[in-house]
Amino acid sequence: MALPSYAGPLETFWYYAFRIFCGMVFVFLISPLLIIIPLSFNVEPYFSFTEGMLAFDPDAYSLRWYQEFFGSERWMNAIQNTFIVAVCSTILSMILGTLAALGLSRSELPFKGMIMGFLISPMIVPLIISAAGMFFFYSSLGISQSYLGLILAHTALGTPFVVITVTATLSGFDYNLVRAAASLGATPTYAFFKVTVPLILTGVISGGLFALMTSVDEVVVAIFIAGAEQRTVPMQMWAGIREQISPTILAVATLLVCMSILLLSTVEYLRRRSETIRGITPH
Amino acid sequence: MKKFSKLSSVLALGAAVCMGSAIAAEPLTVVSWGGAYTKSQREAYSNPFTAKTGIEIVDEDKSGNGLAGLRAQVEAGNVTWDVLDILEGDAILACDEGIAQELDYEKDLNPGADGTPVMEDFVEGSLSGCYVPTIVYATLFSYNNNAFPGEKPSTIADVFDLKKFPGKRALEKKPDANLEWALAADGVPYDKVYEVLSTPEGVDRAFAKLDTIKDSIIWWDAGAQPPQLLADGEVAIASAYNGRIFNAQVVENQPFTIIWDGQVYELDGYIIPKGAPHKKAAMDYLRFATDTQRLADQTKYISYGPARKSSAPLVSTHLETGVEMAPHMPTNPENFKTPIKKNAEFWADNGDELRQRFNAWLVQ
Amino acid sequence: MMATTVEAEGQLTPEEQKSLTADMHRSLRRKKIRAMLLVAPLLIFIMVTFVSPIATMLFRSVDNPQVSEYMPNTTAALAHWDADSNELPGEETYAALVEDLEVGRKNHTIGKAATRLNYEKSQMRSLLTGTARKAGRLKPPYKEQLIKINDGWGDIDNWRVIKRESKPYTLSYYIAAFDMETTPTGEIKMLPEQQRVYLQMLWRTVWMSVLITTLTLILGYPVSYLLASLPMSIANTLMILVLLPFWTSLLVRTSSWIALLQGQGVINDILVWFGLVSDDNRLSMIYNATGTVITMTHILLPFMILPLYSVMKTIPPSYMRAARSLGATPFTAFFKVYLPQSVPGISAGAILVFILAIGYYITPALVGGQTGQFIGNMIAYHMQSSLNWGLAAALGVVLLALVLGIYGLYSRLLGGNNQMSLR
Repeated sequence: MALPSYAGPLETFWYYAFRIFCGMVFVFLISPLLIIIPLSFNVEPYFSFTEGMLAFDPDAYSLRWYQEFFGSERWMNAIQNTFIVAVCSTILSMILGTLAALGLSRSELPFKGMIMGFLISPMIVPLIISAAGMFFFYSSLGISQSYLGLILAHTALGTPFVVITVTATLSGFDYNLVRAAASLGATPTYAFFKVTVPLILTGVISGGLFALMTSVDEVVVAIFIAGAEQRTVPMQMWAGIREQISPTILAVATLLVCMSILLLSTVEYLRRRSETIRGITPH
Repeated sequence: MKKFSKLSSVLALGAAVCMGSAIAAEPLTVVSWGGAYTKSQREAYSNPFTAKTGIEIVDEDKSGNGLAGLRAQVEAGNVTWDVLDILEGDAILACDEGIAQELDYEKDLNPGADGTPVMEDFVEGSLSGCYVPTIVYATLFSYNNNAFPGEKPSTIADVFDLKKFPGKRALEKKPDANLEWALAADGVPYDKVYEVLSTPEGVDRAFAKLDTIKDSIIWWDAGAQPPQLLADGEVAIASAYNGRIFNAQVVENQPFTIIWDGQVYELDGYIIPKGAPHKKAAMDYLRFATDTQRLADQTKYISYGPARKSSAPLVSTHLETGVEMAPHMPTNPENFKTPIKKNAEFWADNGDELRQRFNAWLVQ
Repeated sequence: MMATTVEAEGQLTPEEQKSLTADMHRSLRRKKIRAMLLVAPLLIFIMVTFVSPIATMLFRSVDNPQVSEYMPNTTAALAHWDADSNELPGEETYAALVEDLEVGRKNHTIGKAATRLNYEKSQMRSLLTGTARKAGRLKPPYKEQLIKINDGWGDIDNWRVIKRESKPYTLSYYIAAFDMETTPTGEIKMLPEQQRVYLQMLWRTVWMSVLITTLTLILGYPVSYLLASLPMSIANTLMILVLLPFWTSLLVRTSSWIALLQGQGVINDILVWFGLVSDDNRLSMIYNATGTVITMTHILLPFMILPLYSVMKTIPPSYMRAARSLGATPFTAFFKVYLPQSVPGISAGAILVFILAIGYYITPALVGGQTGQFIGNMIAYHMQSSLNWGLAAALGVVLLALVLGIYGLYSRLLGGNNQMSLR
């Protein structure tokens, strides 16, 4: 979108104003994430740059908050719990979500709209309402304050992402490929694993990554239904921000930003791979 | 439902495989307030208890929503807490509702180390059926010395005087104590505060007084926030729990001063939930943690007054800094000249209405 | 449809046709069952782990068992009493009350009924629990003795409240959720001004969500336009700046805004450094409505940009060029040609941001202070602190109705396209 050569002065002004505005929005989007990285190396327990930091005095920087983080039994425990819950709920979401998406993509399925509505309802209902409901219901089943309860809850919250991404992948799916495989003598199971799975795999994985992120980031339901033994990283952060606002939080935040970068790269890679496989070439 | 139970057992199996070693053997879950307070309990009660009995203690920081959590657990018939640290007012409610274990004090607790019988040793009237108090703590004002280079505030009235002592105030986001202070600052004698607050005019008067500083208030809702707000210079004066201010003063060397005038003091202590999963161990813990020596030991870590008279002579110095503890106790005679005793019964009765009014006032 | 195709070929006997149609039907049914079997596990799972918890919680907003269950004799005796009669109930009701109080004290259940009644009228709790402590010592006749113990038992309004709340279902939580009250005589009227909370709170939630949605649109539209019109390679690089916040934990973003906005934070330091603000007069940008709006705008901005971008990507740039070549000024071309085509993106983004914003809880709780709280915080407050679960459920129903209403409107407008664009 280069500036056309016939542009008048007013148009030139708008062109640059527009670009500057967009640049500022990008700064607004990204600077909060970047600013915490240097702050997390602050030697002082403050949330701002000290004069030493601005003068790039090496003594003003330290790994103090990272040591505190890695030396804390609570945080390490929280990481372990987050990992257990996220991995279990992501696997469950991927299995249940993919099966449902395969069913949803068939034209024969009755009440499709209604079923879809129910399946993605965990995405629409405000979390505070879901959390309150689960608090009572899971308590009455005796599975609140347990890993099982938290895993089930996070699975429910994560499946809509898998359903949506896999359904979207399947919408461009050519069923003739399966028929072709069948006509060449493949059993349905064989055809499923050799033809369908490779094609929808990227959808399944990126849906799974959404579900993983949902679980790793989820705090509202967790604070309502998880107990001390299941304390996750977001729960520990929530307690930390509300109570002891120490820069350890910023160290955790920095590590989480690094994790987001990793996840984002994976999803982007998958998206491009999927486009290539399905013959959509980026232009 | 049948389908579900099958499903859930399959899932449980899967989850169990996932978890592997995460399932530990029968520890005791003790619920408390978190932060420095839980730490003091861990040092003074839990670690010695584990050393003596071999029973591990899991700390859960849920006392902030203790009564809600307990109600839900009892209602669902799925109690996972063994011991709950709770305020006196909530303990009375829990006992009335039958969700706390009734105690036979003479039998369930140890007499004082000096031989004082149980019923005479604890703060008068505090053994109300299910409750065993452990500490006396105060909610009070303190200020950052840097905020007032000249004259320093020294009374509740000064806290409400923005002209003489400018700067933001931090108050806890609930009406409790704030309404009492508003009346006290408005000239009501401290021992008449609840009498006045029982009348509609008294409530109006309290809110009118709060109105005069409303724009300068920052609200906090976790005990660790006010020292942080004072340290960051976000506020000049903050209400806080006295133990948190002590910690900031003595351990972190913050330039804070406590205004002992009008300290609102109340009791905090233990109940055993009805249906606690490890009742016997919980009762052992209760007996152990509330004996004379343990309550006195706790003062080595935090500046809350022991709820047993027999513990007072055993109070010594702060373990970490060696500071003499007695002058930092809310119950120390020097600090206890003009206190307000929090009326738990009053708040149990009028709390719903006053909180509604308070929330409405916040929104306006 | 397939049957007609077969018929058109006209080469089959009627019997063959019939059996073929039956085969077709059977095969169709089999396919239908197979599709349903694929969907069933997740559907059952969601029903059990998600839909039924919400349904049972919502039921709490009308469920009212405390008085009838824990004061059964009084409930039965009051059934015969006319609440409009201006006369106190008779001796048998007082006798029933004494019996209930005695049993309730022994089983420790009277506190539950007392707490429930205290929601309706202050002092009811101590009236019941206080009298219960003395009930064991009383001998008939009870009426005068009870009134002597606590004159609350001589107040006809207290009896009206007990009778009203002895029904197993109630609307009183909804009445409270709309800042109304039921007077003892049964009228429903608005609460006095100084006690109204929820309508204002709801209004503020909606209003602030609209503000946040508008801000994300103002910031997001130009950016999406830029991204959609740049060459793919540059757009993809810039897209990272949108996607990275999107993939970053909500708590991380909230805590970094605390670090930026607080009194001693980065932005205030910069302003003081440049002398725009004096050191003792720093701006308060957090722990108030401003903090909530700034932080939530940042958090929700990607949810606006992504759907806008995916719609704008489909608008051919040739339209704008055509309009220009036909003599339209850049502004006319934009407003007449481009903007109308981007409306689906605007509505998808706006609805998504609005629905997400209106149910927010974490961010307002952390940075909202006194003026930046949402209705979700009120629900959490009644769940965890005031323990009035019925009221929390009623507020939850109101919020849920609002969200589902807006979502329903949106899917109707856009023809049931349920897939809110994820990227």
